[in-house]
Amino acid sequence: MKLYEMTASELSGQLKEKKISARELTEAVFARIDETESDIGAYITLNRETALKQADAVDQKRAAGEPLSPLAGIPVGIKDNICTKGMLTTCASRMLENFVPPYNATVMDKLAADDIVITGKLNMDEFAMGSSTETSYFKQTKNPADLTRVPGGSSGGSAAAVAAGEAVLALGSDTGGSIRQPSSFCGVVGLKPTYGSVSRYGLVAFASSLDQIGPIGKSVRDVAMLYSAICGPDKMDATSVRKIYPDFTRSLGKGISGLKLGLPKEYFGLGIDSETKNAVLAAAKLFEQNGAVVKEVSLPSTDYALSAYYIIASAEASSNLARFDGVKYGYRTPQYENLTEMYEKTRSEGFGTEVKRRILLGTFVLSSGYYDAYYKRAKLLQKRIAAEFASAFADCDLLLTPTTPGTAFKLGENTDDPLKMYAGDICTVTVNIAGLPALSIPCGTDSKGLPVGMQLIGAKFSEEQLLNAADWYESAAGLRAE
Amino acid sequence: MDYKDYEVIVGLEVHAELSTESKIYCSCRNKFGVEVNTECCPICMGMPGTLPTLNQKVVEYAVKMGHALNCTIHNVCKQDRKNYFYPDLPKAYQISQFDIPLCEHGYLDVLVEEDGTVREKRIGITRIHIEEDAGKLLHDESFAGSLVDFNRCGVPLIEIVSEPDMRSSAEAKAYLETIKSVLQYLDISDCKMQEGSIRCDVNVSVRKKGETKFGTRCEMKNVNTFSGAMRAIDFEAQRQIAVLEQGGIIEQETRRWDDAKGESIPLRSKEDAQDYRYFPEPDLLTIVLDDAYVENLKRQIPELPNKKTARFMKEYGLTYGDALLLVESPEKSVLFEQAAASKKASPKGICNWILGDITRVMNETGKTIADTKLTPEKLAYLVECIESGKISNTSGKVVFEIILNEDKNIDEIIKEKNLAQISDASALNAIVEEVIKNNQKSIDDYRGGKTNALGFLVGQCMKASKGQGNPAKMKELLLEYIDKQ
Repeated sequence: MKLYEMTASELSGQLKEKKISARELTEAVFARIDETESDIGAYITLNRETALKQADAVDQKRAAGEPLSPLAGIPVGIKDNICTKGMLTTCASRMLENFVPPYNATVMDKLAADDIVITGKLNMDEFAMGSSTETSYFKQTKNPADLTRVPGGSSGGSAAAVAAGEAVLALGSDTGGSIRQPSSFCGVVGLKPTYGSVSRYGLVAFASSLDQIGPIGKSVRDVAMLYSAICGPDKMDATSVRKIYPDFTRSLGKGISGLKLGLPKEYFGLGIDSETKNAVLAAAKLFEQNGAVVKEVSLPSTDYALSAYYIIASAEASSNLARFDGVKYGYRTPQYENLTEMYEKTRSEGFGTEVKRRILLGTFVLSSGYYDAYYKRAKLLQKRIAAEFASAFADCDLLLTPTTPGTAFKLGENTDDPLKMYAGDICTVTVNIAGLPALSIPCGTDSKGLPVGMQLIGAKFSEEQLLNAADWYESAAGLRAE
Repeated sequence: MDYKDYEVIVGLEVHAELSTESKIYCSCRNKFGVEVNTECCPICMGMPGTLPTLNQKVVEYAVKMGHALNCTIHNVCKQDRKNYFYPDLPKAYQISQFDIPLCEHGYLDVLVEEDGTVREKRIGITRIHIEEDAGKLLHDESFAGSLVDFNRCGVPLIEIVSEPDMRSSAEAKAYLETIKSVLQYLDISDCKMQEGSIRCDVNVSVRKKGETKFGTRCEMKNVNTFSGAMRAIDFEAQRQIAVLEQGGIIEQETRRWDDAKGESIPLRSKEDAQDYRYFPEPDLLTIVLDDAYVENLKRQIPELPNKKTARFMKEYGLTYGDALLLVESPEKSVLFEQAAASKKASPKGICNWILGDITRVMNETGKTIADTKLTPEKLAYLVECIESGKISNTSGKVVFEIILNEDKNIDEIIKEKNLAQISDASALNAIVEEVIKNNQKSIDDYRGGKTNALGFLVGQCMKASKGQGNPAKMKELLLEYIDKQ
C-alpha cells in the first residue's frame, strides 16, 4: 500500500515507530499531487516548501524525543475559507484573489500546536455557496471516482483531495451540508460537528449561525482524530461552547448493542434515488442484525427546511459579505467616478453569480416590509425543526438518513438550475438549522460505481456516540482492512 | 407670523462614548488622540473570519446609566446588526441594539433656568442601548481621495433617546447638560465635547399652541456642541414656523446642521431613508444579566447632579448658578460639602473660593484638586480666617498659593509670612496719622465731596501697613480723624 493511500491513524503509528519520517510521508503526498492534481484540481494554493520544513521540524522533534501529538507530521489540506496567517485565503473568489490574512484561524493555531503539516489550500464553491465546487472563481475540481462528475460542494476540494490521496486529512466547513455532501460524493468520511464545538474564529463567515468547521478523512477514526484536535472552547468566539471535550478516538469500539436508531420517513420519500435509498436501508438492516433497535420516526417540518435554510443562510450572508466593498482589502474595481460606483463595480465584478444571487435574496428577506414574512418565519421554522429533532432524540440515540438524494452528478448538469442544485441539500440542511452533529460515511456504490453516502445524525454534543456507531458500521460493512 | 403662537417640540438622541479601558468587541485600547490606525486590530477592522466578543464593562456602564435615568433594565436582551455601506464602517454593519435595548422607559429631572426663574422638569427617556462607534474619514489635500482612521472603530457607545418632552432650546440645553453631568458623576464617559465623546441628533417639530397632535419632525445631524444644539433648535423651529405660516407643509427629513453658517440644510428625505435591515447579531450570544448583578449596580449609583443642585440650593442657600457650577464637577462638589461641614466658614464664602481662585488654577494648570495639596479642612480654615478678620482677603490669596503646593499649616504660614491682620486701633493709629500727614490734599478733596478719595486713603494705609492692617478698621479710624477735625 502506498503511503498516500493509508489512513492517518495507520500513518501516525508508523511515524511514531519511526518506520517512516514525516518528510517521506509529505514527499509521498506531494508526489501524488504532482501525479493527479492536473486531473483533480483540488488545490488553489500549494504549500510545498513550508510543508517540507514543517515535516523536517517534526522529524527533528521526534529524533530529540519530544512528546508529539498523534497528528504530528500528518499532511492536512485546508479549505480555502479558513484563515492561514501569511498564506493566501481566497474563498475561491476573485474578491479575495490576493488576500493574505495577518492572523490564523483558531483551528490553525491548534493544528500548528499539534505539529501538523499543511499541504495547501483547497478549492471550494465561492464563499462556500454551492454544492458542486463549480462556483469557484479559479478552477473546477473533479470527482476522483469519476472525472466527468462533480466532487460535491462546497468543500469539494477537501473531499476530493482526501479521496485522491492528495492529503491524508482535510478541514472543510459545513453550513448546509458542505462537508457531508462532498464526502458522500467522493466516498470519504466527513463530520459536521455540533454548532459551537469548533471555534469559528478565522473561518470566513457565510452564515454565522450555521457554519461549522469539520474534519474529512478516509476513516471514522481519522475524522475522530482530527476532530479531537480542533474542537474546544475559544474565547475569541462567543458562540463556542464552554465544556470539556474528550479525545474522541477513545470513544470508538464500544459496540452498538441496544443502540436505538431512528429512520425519519421524510428522508426516504420522494426525490430520493432508489439505489441510494436501498443502500442506506441495507445499512440499517446491518445495524438491526447486530443488536441495534431500528424504528421509523417522523420529522414533519422537513419539507419546509430548505426554504428556511436558504432564507436564514442568505440573510446572514448578505450581511457577512457586505464587508467586501473594495475599501480595505481584496478586489477593487480599477475605474470609478465616485464612492457608490466603486462599491457597485467592485461587488459586481468581484463576486460570482451564485454569491450575488444569495446576497440579493438575503438583502430582500431582511428588507423592511418583508422581514416578518420571510426571515422571522424562517426563524420560527428553525425552532420547530429543532424541537422535532429533540423529540425524535427522546426516542432514539441516532438518526440514519441518506446524505444526499443521489450520487455525484455530471459537471455542468445543475449549473443552470439553482433550484435543482438547492434541492440536493434536502437531507443535510436540517442538521445545521438545528445545530446538531452529523456524519457522512460511505455505504456502498450505485450501479454506475459511484459512492453512496449515509448520514448519521446525533443530538447536540453526541459526537462520541455518533463516531462510535459510524466506526462500528465501517468495520461491520467491511469498508476497511482490519 | 407670530412665533409666540407656536410650541416647539424637541427630542434628543445623545451618543456618548464610554470610557472603558478596551473597545467593545476586541482588546484594542479605547484611546483618543493616538497616531492614526495604531489602535486597531483585525477584529475592529472587520477583517474576514474575525468575530466580536462583548466587553462586559460596556454592559456594566450602560446599566449604571440606565439606573441613573430611572430605566427598566432588560435582564435578557440581544444585539443586532444595522447594515449600511460607508467607508468608515469596516464590516458594513454596525453592531447595535434594535428592538430590545438594554434599558428602557426612564426619566430625568432637569432644572431649567428661563426668564430668571428656575424650575424642575421631567424628561422621559425612551431607551438606552449599547453599540460600537465607526471609524473616521480623513481628508488630506496632498491626497486625492479620502483616508480612513480605524482607531475609533469599536469604541463603545451608549445611545440615549429621549421622549419628545422638551419645549424650548433652553430645556434641551438643560437636558444635555444634565446628561453630561450624570455621565461624569458615574465616571463612565470622558465627556470631552471637542473629542466628540458626546454627540447628538436633534429632532424638532412645531405645532400651534393648544394642539394635541405633534407636527412632522425633522432630524438634525452633526450637532457637536450644546450651544450648537440650542442654535439648531431655534433655527429649525423658526424655519418650520415660517413654512407653516406661508401655508406650506413640513416634510419629514434629515437635515445637516452647519454651525458655522448657523443653518441646517436638507440631507435626505423620508423616501430616501435607508433601510438598515436590522437582524439579530448571530456572532454574539443573548445578554443575560442576573438580578443580583443589576441590583448591585443600582446600589453603586451616587447622588446625581440634578438632585444635588436642588439640595445645595435648599441646604446651603446657594443660588442656582453657583450650585450648578459646583455640582457640574463631582470633585468641586465634594470639596464644597466637606469644607462646608466645618460649619465655621460660610457656605457662600467656600463656594466663592471654589468657583473663583480654585477654578482659575484648575483651568490654568489643567490640574485636578487631587493633584494639589489642598484639603477641604484647609479650605474651610482659610475662609474662616478671612471671614473672622484674622487675615485680609489679599493675605488669603498668598496663603492659598502656598497651601496649593505645600503641605503646610495655615497658622504657621500666617506667622511665618507675618500675614496676621492688625485690627488693634492702638497699632493702626500711627499708620493712619502718618498717611493723614502726607495726604492732606486727599483729605481736603474728600471733605470737598470727592468720596472716592477715601478709597485712595485706605489704600495708602494698606500700603503703609504692608497689607496687614484691617482695611475696615483703618477706614473707621480715618473717618474718625476727619470727623474730629
